Amino acid sequence: MELFPHDSNYNFMRVGRASLVIAFLIMVVAFGAMATKGFNYALDFTGGTVVELRFEQPVDSDTVRQALTRKGFESPLVQSFGSSNDVVVRLKPRAGDGDATRSGEAIASAVRESGHPAALLRSESVGPQIGKELAVNGIYAALFVVLGFLAYVWVRFEFKFAVAALITTLHDVVLVAGWFAITGHEFDLTVLAGVLSVMGYSINDTIVVFDRVRENFRTLHKLSPVEVLNRSINQTLSRTIITSFVAFLTVLALYLFAGASLRGMAESQIIGIVFGTLSSIFVACPLLQAFGATKQDLMPRMRDDAELNRRP
Amino acid sequence: MLEFARWKYVVIVVVLFFTTLYSIPNLFPKDPSVQITANRGAPLDAALESRVVALLKAGGVTPKRAEIEGNNLLVRLPDATVQAKAADLIRPALAANYTVALNLATTVPDWLQAVHAKPMSLGLDLQGGIQFLMEVDQKAAVDKRHEAFVDEIRAVLRESQIAYTTVARTPAGVQVDLRRPEDRNRAQNLIAASAPELQLTQDPATGNRLLAVVPATEIKRVTDNAIEQNMTTLRNRINALGVAEPVVQRQGQSRIAVQLPGLQDTVAAKKLIGATATLEYRAVVDGNAVVARDSGVVPPDARLYFMRELGADGKPRPILLSKRTIATGDQLVNASAQMDQTSGTPSVSVELNKLGGDRMFKFTQDNVGKLMAAVYIETIPDVKTVDGKQVRTSRVSEEVISAATIQGVFGRNFNTTGLTNMAEAQNLSLLLRAGSLAAPMVIVEERIIGPSLGADNVQRGTQAVMYSFLFVLVFFLFYYKTFGIVTNVALLLNLLIVVAVMSALGATMSLPGLAGIALTVGMSVDANVLINERIREELRNGVSPLSAIAAGYDKAAGTIADANVTALLGGLAMAAFGSGPVRGFGITLIIGILSSMYTAVSVSRGIATLIYGRRRKLTKIAI
Repeated sequence: MELFPHDSNYNFMRVGRASLVIAFLIMVVAFGAMATKGFNYALDFTGGTVVELRFEQPVDSDTVRQALTRKGFESPLVQSFGSSNDVVVRLKPRAGDGDATRSGEAIASAVRESGHPAALLRSESVGPQIGKELAVNGIYAALFVVLGFLAYVWVRFEFKFAVAALITTLHDVVLVAGWFAITGHEFDLTVLAGVLSVMGYSINDTIVVFDRVRENFRTLHKLSPVEVLNRSINQTLSRTIITSFVAFLTVLALYLFAGASLRGMAESQIIGIVFGTLSSIFVACPLLQAFGATKQDLMPRMRDDAELNRRP
Repeated sequence: MLEFARWKYVVIVVVLFFTTLYSIPNLFPKDPSVQITANRGAPLDAALESRVVALLKAGGVTPKRAEIEGNNLLVRLPDATVQAKAADLIRPALAANYTVALNLATTVPDWLQAVHAKPMSLGLDLQGGIQFLMEVDQKAAVDKRHEAFVDEIRAVLRESQIAYTTVARTPAGVQVDLRRPEDRNRAQNLIAASAPELQLTQDPATGNRLLAVVPATEIKRVTDNAIEQNMTTLRNRINALGVAEPVVQRQGQSRIAVQLPGLQDTVAAKKLIGATATLEYRAVVDGNAVVARDSGVVPPDARLYFMRELGADGKPRPILLSKRTIATGDQLVNASAQMDQTSGTPSVSVELNKLGGDRMFKFTQDNVGKLMAAVYIETIPDVKTVDGKQVRTSRVSEEVISAATIQGVFGRNFNTTGLTNMAEAQNLSLLLRAGSLAAPMVIVEERIIGPSLGADNVQRGTQAVMYSFLFVLVFFLFYYKTFGIVTNVALLLNLLIVVAVMSALGATMSLPGLAGIALTVGMSVDANVLINERIREELRNGVSPLSAIAAGYDKAAGTIADANVTALLGGLAMAAFGSGPVRGFGITLIIGILSSMYTAVSVSRGIATLIYGRRRKLTKIAI
């Protein structure tokens, strides 16, 4: 079975300039959304308290809010989720979080005392300083990945390739982050893990194409760089699409079956996989062309030899 | 041509054998059970077993099995509700001498346990439980150490009759202002001899000022000790809480993570964690403590205490101690285990502050040759509801952790020698330090996961992994036919390796970890796709089937390495900088990527060779 023609010869590079412009615009929009709207950070990063309660009878969220306010909890945010029996309560971070008076058990018993029996499903209470540290560690992790990629691709390929791969990866990450800013979907630790794995996925996809570009630069001397790029993309097209499709399937299974706590992560990966695939074709290769990558870039040794031969 | 060395097949078989062996334990369901552990040498025998079974029967609970396993009596029960009921039945009857804890008992057969094959432990998000993150106030520990140095310098100067105007802590260190400039060199030498840890400098601006700086290494030692002693006290207390597999772990510079799986009662947990420990040195009073215990008649100046260790009768040894304390925990500056120079036995060296040292000096002057004991005291706050009002009470537990003969007159520094081994010395010094109250802790993060949500997560997580696998297997079977089978076998072995490695490493499986497995499947197919596509390409170029297969594997290997190394970097970043879910996800990803490289490049090639390698006249392959 073949889903994709093996002898495809699409002229991807023809739309190279246009796709770079589109990619640039996407990044501008994503950065704009992050700058103006910001993220809907989850408790992991902001600190505060979240409690999920399951009531024996359906309950009105206003009733819960009033019960909590009476007990001295300031401006609790109460929402139903799933069924009308399930309620999530959020409290803003305050000094003393993790303290007995602010814990999930305290909130649950405050609600119970108002005459609504409820079971505590889950509670998290995070002090504000923890959140800051997690955010900083997230940035470190991303920086580590970026520098690691840059160094590895530089060593294994060449500087132009490294920069092109890195920009492509950053494009994908910015796009995913921008999506979370635009939609206002909650950004928690698992989404951060998702975003970091998108970096891994995106660079992986780009590397496979670059690998073929390198091979073709070395073997197909007669072709121009643009032709080499086009041929490389076409040769790896079937692999690119199949791998992405299968990876997409697995993440889709996560999205559909793994439940609410992993939905954000799966969402980030679904977007990351789709755009990571597109960008390795429509961003990475046009960037290589724009940087003027040629076969000489990949053959420093031969050039040296030639110079040596010219000497008397 | 298509070849695969025999030793590589041997490797595959060995890998298959061991990964199967170490994955199997995960298939055995765990029994909800009640675990009964004896305290203070209470008997753990058949009599106890029949007593527990009788208690359960009276309450209408029939256990699956009850038997002594290792140091515990394990009562296995059919489900979690019965488990809770059983614990409630047993606890009141045994509370005095036994710890009754809920546990999930393994049903892995002995022969598997003998080779250390064990199932992955479930994270709190899958099992339900409480997690605390405690922040240790290291500044308090450092402050206390500075005060002790101030104390010590004053004592040294006074003993040598060097007049001073001030000895005080400043932001730069401890500042010493002497009355006479000519004393400065002598004072410096004396202080250096008494407290070699300090870095002493003479202030060039004045003639009479010394500056004593506590070096960074000493600060680090103090803060590390503060964490360590808090962990010791936490472990001690959590054991009393009845949690089967608690985790007390240092996290970063100043935090301690405490995980209490299976526990739901945060109030009880916080009570114990909020307990304070202290220490008292008391004189041992002459008299027969055993008689005093049995008759209840205690000499008027004494109180009956019990040793931590057990006597010959299997009960804690009683001991009579004076009602007067000599020194207390807040006067203890440091205690460390070491080899004693003179006696050659393991010993604990103790340092007190000025006040404690003075009192110790006065006491030992009159009591050489007598015994002195160290008592470890824990105060556990408790809130009880009496007549509808909440009353704060506390429970105090006192234990004598050492009793030793006073060999001579000493003050601030002394050694407890004659300990049987280094482990005992280390343990004693830990307890002494734990009683010195160096640094308070606060809870900065708290997570509770209800048991129903945990069960939900397990079910959802495994379902998601199963479906992601199913999607992939079916797709490959249709898309690559025979090579689809080859790929699928490689993928299944990959899953097996990931599970086995994580089990053998003792990793904890969490929900993000399950996501990591699913994603590993998604990413590891890449290597297989690269190979299969390459084989197709070679075939299209007119290469003979066998050479095409060989070329496909050879040419794809480089690409696979490049692509996976970069993906590995992502996993490494998550494992190194992440915490909690991010870290679990990262570790799973790393293991998955490494094993997928092996299975895709080597194992699948072995299988392909097995299918096609012997057929010399092969004209067509199904791919």
